[in-house]
Amino acid sequence: MLCEVCKENDVVITVTEIDGNGVRQVRLCEQCAAERGLQASVAAPPPAVTDFLQSVQQHISPSQTDAVRCSFCSSTLRDFRQTGRLGCPYCYTAFEQSLRELLRKPWPGAAQGPRVHWRTGWARSTDSGIAGPAARAPRARDPERGI
Amino acid sequence: MSFDPETLPGGGLGWMDGTGEQAGVVLSTRVRLARNVEGYAFSGRAREGERLRVLSQVRDALSAIPAARDGVLVRVDQLEETDRLLLHERHVVSKELAALDAGSHLRSGAAVHVGRDVAIMVNEEDHLRIQAMRSGLDLERAFADARDIDVELGQRVPFAYHREFGFLTACPTNVGTGLRASVLVHLPALVLTKEIGRVLVGLQQVGLTYRGLYGEGSEVIGNLFQISNQTTLGKSEQDLLDYLQDIVRHVIEKELEARKVLLRDAEYILEDKLWRAYGTLRYARSLSFEEAMNFLSGVRLATGLKLIDGLSVYILNELLVFTQSAHLSAREGRVLTEDEASVVRAAFVRETLERAAQ
Repeated sequence: MLCEVCKENDVVITVTEIDGNGVRQVRLCEQCAAERGLQASVAAPPPAVTDFLQSVQQHISPSQTDAVRCSFCSSTLRDFRQTGRLGCPYCYTAFEQSLRELLRKPWPGAAQGPRVHWRTGWARSTDSGIAGPAARAPRARDPERGI
Repeated sequence: MSFDPETLPGGGLGWMDGTGEQAGVVLSTRVRLARNVEGYAFSGRAREGERLRVLSQVRDALSAIPAARDGVLVRVDQLEETDRLLLHERHVVSKELAALDAGSHLRSGAAVHVGRDVAIMVNEEDHLRIQAMRSGLDLERAFADARDIDVELGQRVPFAYHREFGFLTACPTNVGTGLRASVLVHLPALVLTKEIGRVLVGLQQVGLTYRGLYGEGSEVIGNLFQISNQTTLGKSEQDLLDYLQDIVRHVIEKELEARKVLLRDAEYILEDKLWRAYGTLRYARSLSFEEAMNFLSGVRLATGLKLIDGLSVYILNELLVFTQSAHLSAREGRVLTEDEASVVRAAFVRETLERAAQ
């Protein structure tokens, strides 16, 4: 949509103006907004997950998708490719190979993937002896009700 | 509208008081930790019963933690949309938890436990999002607040953890530390001097990112930018925080330099612009939120440059929060149309500025 004042640039802001004829909405470009003392908004970058999702789709090829399924939540690599979200903690074990590759190839915007010892300094859950998913065999949840 | 946010400790607005380091540029600091409870699917894939069991487990754990006993648990899944929006406008819940996007689904078991300095979202994308907010630049204390609750919770609830990957999260962009820290900064001089583009590109080059006032996916309005880390894996929490803090301090320096340049090279133009912004806010009869934010940005800058007396950062923060649509609706006791909200907003701003001028 073009600016209602200069009719040349794209609209970046909508302003309410009040004059003798009442209240009206005026759509302005950055330059015309600045002339009225308004700073036009700066566009935010796309959500990080958008970049990430592109990276997932780039690094995990469709041919791999049907073969692997998480035995706990039943998610597949295809689900992950489509949403960028894993279904449960056990997916990290089920899709470990693909995830390792993905996390070693940082997505655009991320500074880097893992490169050092990944464990955090104060992981109390593990320190207190509660084993994480990697230490336990995944099992299907609530099989009677299905997934 | 049935929910009264004033029943929350500090109204959920402890971050708004305008104190802390660099409060003239930095509005608030936020640190959040993403955690999941072992033995359940992540919230998006979990069944209703699983999410409710997670909620129950977390509620029991919180009731046993002395530091969390004063907190209030709010069942977000039982609130009307306007009340959920109200909590979102206070930065207590995310858009996702409150299901505010068109077509989004409100998850059963969605809840938030609100304490004085820490809010814990339950059944967001991850089972737990522990978030601490502080006024001004204060990453150290915000992290300490979040960590203290995290450590206590971790002793009572088994968190999903992988010996190499770290804390496991629904989205691998959060895996590892699960830590996302952000600093909400006001950068009007960098925008006016058109230096902001270079600064934002620079942020992305060094592995940080920026968002608008409401976080991921939100537009930047009122020259307010949330600067945050992107990396959560491969570095310790302290390293991530130190790095973010160094870069934010650098951005603040640039902003303060730009303010000096504006005063030196364009003092009258700047003063005129800022006083016009104040004048509009003081006398306008209708203001859209976007307009209010832009003019408030000018007044915030004028206050920082000591061109306008009598306005505190607290009052400006109050205007930022209470001019949002759900807050205006709550004030009027009914859901307002956009046009009605613009009129009520202008009246609220006028009254607040008039009170401050007395």
